[in-house]
Amino acid sequence: MKLFAFLLASAASLFLPLGVHAQETAPDVLVKTVTNEVLDIIRKDKDIKAGSTKRAIELVEQKVLPHFNFSRMTALAVGKDWRQADTAQQKALTEAFKELLVRTYSNALIAYKNETVDYKPFKMQPGETDVIVRTQIHQPGAKQPITLDYSLEKNAQGWKVYDVVIAGVSLVTNYRSSFATEVRNGGIDGLIKTLQAKNKTLEASAK
Amino acid sequence: METTYFRQISRLAVVVAAAGLLGGCATSGNPKDPIEGFNRAMYGFNEGLDKVIIKPVATGYEAVLPSPIQTGISNIFSNIADIMIGVNNLLQGKPAQAASDAGRVLVNSTIGFLGLLDVASTMGMEKHEEDFGQTFGRWGMEDGAYVVWPFFGPRTARDTIGLVFDVATDPLSYIDHVATRNTVWAVRIVSNRADLLKADKIIEEAALDKYSYVRDAYLQRRKSLIHDGNPPKFDPYSGSQDGKVSEAFGEGATHEQVASRN
Repeated sequence: MKLFAFLLASAASLFLPLGVHAQETAPDVLVKTVTNEVLDIIRKDKDIKAGSTKRAIELVEQKVLPHFNFSRMTALAVGKDWRQADTAQQKALTEAFKELLVRTYSNALIAYKNETVDYKPFKMQPGETDVIVRTQIHQPGAKQPITLDYSLEKNAQGWKVYDVVIAGVSLVTNYRSSFATEVRNGGIDGLIKTLQAKNKTLEASAK
Repeated sequence: METTYFRQISRLAVVVAAAGLLGGCATSGNPKDPIEGFNRAMYGFNEGLDKVIIKPVATGYEAVLPSPIQTGISNIFSNIADIMIGVNNLLQGKPAQAASDAGRVLVNSTIGFLGLLDVASTMGMEKHEEDFGQTFGRWGMEDGAYVVWPFFGPRTARDTIGLVFDVATDPLSYIDHVATRNTVWAVRIVSNRADLLKADKIIEEAALDKYSYVRDAYLQRRKSLIHDGNPPKFDPYSGSQDGKVSEAFGEGATHEQVASRN
């Protein structure tokens, strides 16, 4: 009986931490792991070295996308007009905005692949569900490192990035006024069309 | 010597004020950008100037000069700039940062071979970014209208006043030999531009409307700088007391965001 209890306890102690770990990677660890993994691939991949946006996009979709909450990002970028969009429109907006951001992000990765990333010390209160992980990009030769901050929020699937802030500029809220203008001129559908057209142009010109 | 720049800038101010009155009708209603018509025209002018002269020169500069030399040149300007960055930190009531800036100048000017090497950074003395526009912001001056100046590019009204002080106190303004001063200035412009070459394509691809993308990025960045990277809210439009502003730019989402961050 004692042996059984012992076995059970050891089994529990073996598996429990594993289970918790898989679900709850700390946000700073998540950012670090994903960044390092992606940079590692980018520096080695032949096509990306040759400047292939397509390959970089594939990589971002595979490795980075699962950790982003794009509907939250799109809602933030659209602002108050988000509420007047119906479910289908919200979905179309999210898809189109996702495509644009993925492309921008992929190109930034290609352009800055030789830079080194520093992770600022990260502190989190227990129970916190909304945090900022701060990193710094060091460019060879340039005088000042660029700050690159990720805002993450915890949901049922774990920690998800909902904003990326480069040198104090949010990639998400920076769209707010141009999105508002689009909505004012052509409604939600107008904004969707503009985004889709923009994506098409970029896709056509991409390597 | 500085009076020339003051005169130039005040002349520009008159032009802008006049154009602002004219351009007032041609806005898309952004409260931060009341002279959008004029600003877009000036933005177009600056873009043209960049495309025809500055960017090609910066591209050539980057292609021809070996990277360590570019770094050295960049470092020398950075070292000179650290003097006024320190003064601004002092004016903003941040003596520790100011002392560190003074230390940087001391270290880099001596063991860094007159600023050629940024030894201070490798010693852990962080480079700061300060100017008079930020100092005035720190003192509580509102940023005011967004203005795109020919040659100087985007500023807010407050940062325009800051720019006048920046230029007047720029150590390079005190080079008496005109040809030397102009050459040094030109090299600084090209060196700064070369640092930004990579960002071009990214902005080009990311923006639906490049003008408003650059404007909003400028406003967000300035806000972030004034708060040394920790702005209270990160919506570029939420800083204004004007109720219309937040209404026009989705106050709901901002508050949600702020609430969920606290």
